[in-house]
Amino acid sequence: MARLEPSDLPGDMTDHIVPTRVYYTIFALLMLGTALTVAIAYIDLGVLNIVAALTIAVTKATLVVLFFMHVRYSTRLTWAVVIGSVFWLAILLALTMGDYLTRSWQVYGSV
Amino acid sequence: MADHAGAHPAAEHPAALAHQFDDLEQQKEASTLGMWVFLVTEVLFFGGMFVTYAVYRNAYPGAFAAGSRELDVMLGGINTAVLITSSLTMALAVHAAQTGNRRALVWLLVATMALGGVFLGIKSVEYYHKLVEHHIPGPGFRFAEAEYLKHAQIFFSLYFMMTGLHALHMIIGIGLMLFMLRWAWNGTITTEYYAPIEISGLYWHFVDIVWIFLFPLLYLIGRHV
Amino acid sequence: MTPTVLLPLRHYLNDGYGVKSWLLTRDHKRIALLYLAAVTFFFFVGGAFAVVIRLELATPAGDLVSDETYNKLFTMHGVMMVFFFLIPVIPSVLGNFLVPIMIGAKDLAFPKLNLFSWYIYMLGGLFTLYALVAGGVDTGWTFYAPFSTVSSTTNVIPTALGIFITGFSSILTGLNFIVTIHRMRAPGLTWFRLPLFIWSTYATSLINVLGTPVIAITVLLVAAERLFHFGFFDPTVGGDPVLFQHLFWFYSHPAVYIMVLPAMGVISELVAAGCRKPVFGYHFVAFASLAIAVLGFLVWGHHMFVAGESVYAAMIFSILSFLVAIPSAVKVFNWTATMYKGAVSWETPMLYAYGFIGLFTIGGLTGLFLATIAVDVHVTDTYFVIAHFHYIMVGGTIMGYLGGLHFWWPKISGRLYNEALAKVSAFIIFIGFNLTFFPQFVLGYLGMPRRYHAYPPDFQVLNVLSSAGASILGVGYLIPMVYLMWSLRYGPLAGANPWGAAGLEWTTTSPPPTENFAETPVVDSEPYQYPARVEEYFG
Repeated sequence: MARLEPSDLPGDMTDHIVPTRVYYTIFALLMLGTALTVAIAYIDLGVLNIVAALTIAVTKATLVVLFFMHVRYSTRLTWAVVIGSVFWLAILLALTMGDYLTRSWQVYGSV
Repeated sequence: MADHAGAHPAAEHPAALAHQFDDLEQQKEASTLGMWVFLVTEVLFFGGMFVTYAVYRNAYPGAFAAGSRELDVMLGGINTAVLITSSLTMALAVHAAQTGNRRALVWLLVATMALGGVFLGIKSVEYYHKLVEHHIPGPGFRFAEAEYLKHAQIFFSLYFMMTGLHALHMIIGIGLMLFMLRWAWNGTITTEYYAPIEISGLYWHFVDIVWIFLFPLLYLIGRHV
Repeated sequence: MTPTVLLPLRHYLNDGYGVKSWLLTRDHKRIALLYLAAVTFFFFVGGAFAVVIRLELATPAGDLVSDETYNKLFTMHGVMMVFFFLIPVIPSVLGNFLVPIMIGAKDLAFPKLNLFSWYIYMLGGLFTLYALVAGGVDTGWTFYAPFSTVSSTTNVIPTALGIFITGFSSILTGLNFIVTIHRMRAPGLTWFRLPLFIWSTYATSLINVLGTPVIAITVLLVAAERLFHFGFFDPTVGGDPVLFQHLFWFYSHPAVYIMVLPAMGVISELVAAGCRKPVFGYHFVAFASLAIAVLGFLVWGHHMFVAGESVYAAMIFSILSFLVAIPSAVKVFNWTATMYKGAVSWETPMLYAYGFIGLFTIGGLTGLFLATIAVDVHVTDTYFVIAHFHYIMVGGTIMGYLGGLHFWWPKISGRLYNEALAKVSAFIIFIGFNLTFFPQFVLGYLGMPRRYHAYPPDFQVLNVLSSAGASILGVGYLIPMVYLMWSLRYGPLAGANPWGAAGLEWTTTSPPPTENFAETPVVDSEPYQYPARVEEYFG
């Protein structure tokens, strides 16, 4: 009535009821991911260990965000908020690590 | 003359509707967006600690691996499973609210809280272990591998700070669920008005996500040695 | 000839009397006034420290106070002014009052949260006042480790906790504004029909929500290190104090945009109303606000050029700092273009707006000098930096705030203030301000370090000029207190739209009713719709 229509109503989680089998499937995948990450930790993959661990963690987090938190069925604004928060954290991480990783670089030629 | 701006007939003015909103739809959208924006602040809040972790793990990989090996993978793994299960019960609770299943909603909320309690219990056991093993940073800190005595303190400082703040958020989450339980029990939650459950669920899942990252980053370094 | 102006029968100020009706209010307008009282108090506390500082600096010898006391003076001046005045002032006072009205809503999205935010602000303030009374803090408002975490023997933890708590006030206010602006606009009020004050407030709220949590965790880490001997920044266990600086400045740089963006929003409104013209390049100004908010997060390392960060990081931060000046410059150009061929008026709000444009430009340009690494190496931690940021924060933010306060005072109080006195105060403030801070550019360039209370006698003349200016500035700030309070009782009634300005807030009564509008407005036109022909608006 006396409200601006949101342009993003279709696909809004207001009306969408996610079937419980989706939740059980995601639960199983999350448990699997946990077992996997523990198992891989005991294998020496060198630098790939951290890559594997983070990949699994990010995948698990994504599943929780998309399905448990209903972002899969949410407005574009919600997507923007979620992606924005991760992006901002990435700024803090990237520029800070950028300092630490380049501290030992030489400025001109070799010393 | 009109008695107050935007006067509505009673049918359009449900008890749960706050006066600044036009309808329950707008209220739900606003509340949900509000919780998401709050979660953004939590991402950046925990994020500051994750960045600190990244800087020091990059600087002192050996000390971090040694420190990590002193944590109990089994207890940490069990806790991870506990939290994931609690996220399931939480999601199912929202479903129960949406479908008007009051009994299921109540039990699922209780289950979520109970699992949260189990998590905190196991965490306390772990903290106790750290206490008796002298792994609390400060003058009383002891470490088997002498070359990591200094840097391992940074690892354990991060361990306590990150899991401690996470546990605090867990406790707040359980408190939030108590409120939800009360509303579920006394019939405030209906198929029309279940937003509080959904929004509390968002918070709960977020706390789970933080742990999803904490577990491998704290417990699973250097395990292959 | 002029119709008799009447006060509306029912408005938000007489809608309930007594302390409870104010301390338990959910009305965003009353909460704005609660903030007004609080920030004014903290402003004068911070100002009192400035008085003692400038008194000390009138003579070269450090003879008024001891070294330790001087450290505490500039620390508390900074903490009070930054965290308890500059960051909250425009969003919590003008923003709280105006945002719902400007978008045609009855209140913010979360009125109870709004009240809660005020209580949190007061609680944080109490912690910091306690620290003050218990002997102060001497770390500088920047709390650099390891001094703050290890060596300082002063009340670091209460101050850190005070900042942590008050930070939540900013976060929750920002959250409230974001949700309100997204979800509660009146029918027909699309994003590009919003007043530019709303765009600025929105951009500021984004910064509040994204940045403040990082300082929250940072001060918590400092407190934990002090309290529990955790090692985060402690070199004796391998910690890096520069990491503290990264985390601290990640928030504290965008914080300065929290301070200036709302003021820029005010200036957009003042210039449009004062020149009877839509703001030139509305879209550019709106996007510039967002650009400042985003780019402002990418430049924090320019505070650390000489702290030990890598040269490559320094170069990246330097280039990004140049970039962030561009949207600010766009705004200055657009305000100037708005004034071109406008019916430029000389009322007090406009005087503050012109002052802002000039002084902010100087402050902004000197920021570019500081962004240049080669120059910064020489003038960092000197009075040049102090002059730079005071030009922006005092010449910018405070001028913007005073301009806005005067412009919307009739709406807030229903009364007109004494225009002659107001103009005189504006001039006194302008002169006092420049006399205080321009000499500091020279002092810094000549090498006088900041945070020192003893200096070579060669610097005395400039310091005396600066201290003289400060006393004039102080007088300038006191006069508005007097005539604004006086106007509450004895000022002529203002009527709904004394300025003849465009904007939803001017379509409702002065003061507005509690629910803001008798009927929800419907918007069908662009903002700043002024008639093409210039009219005489003042009798």
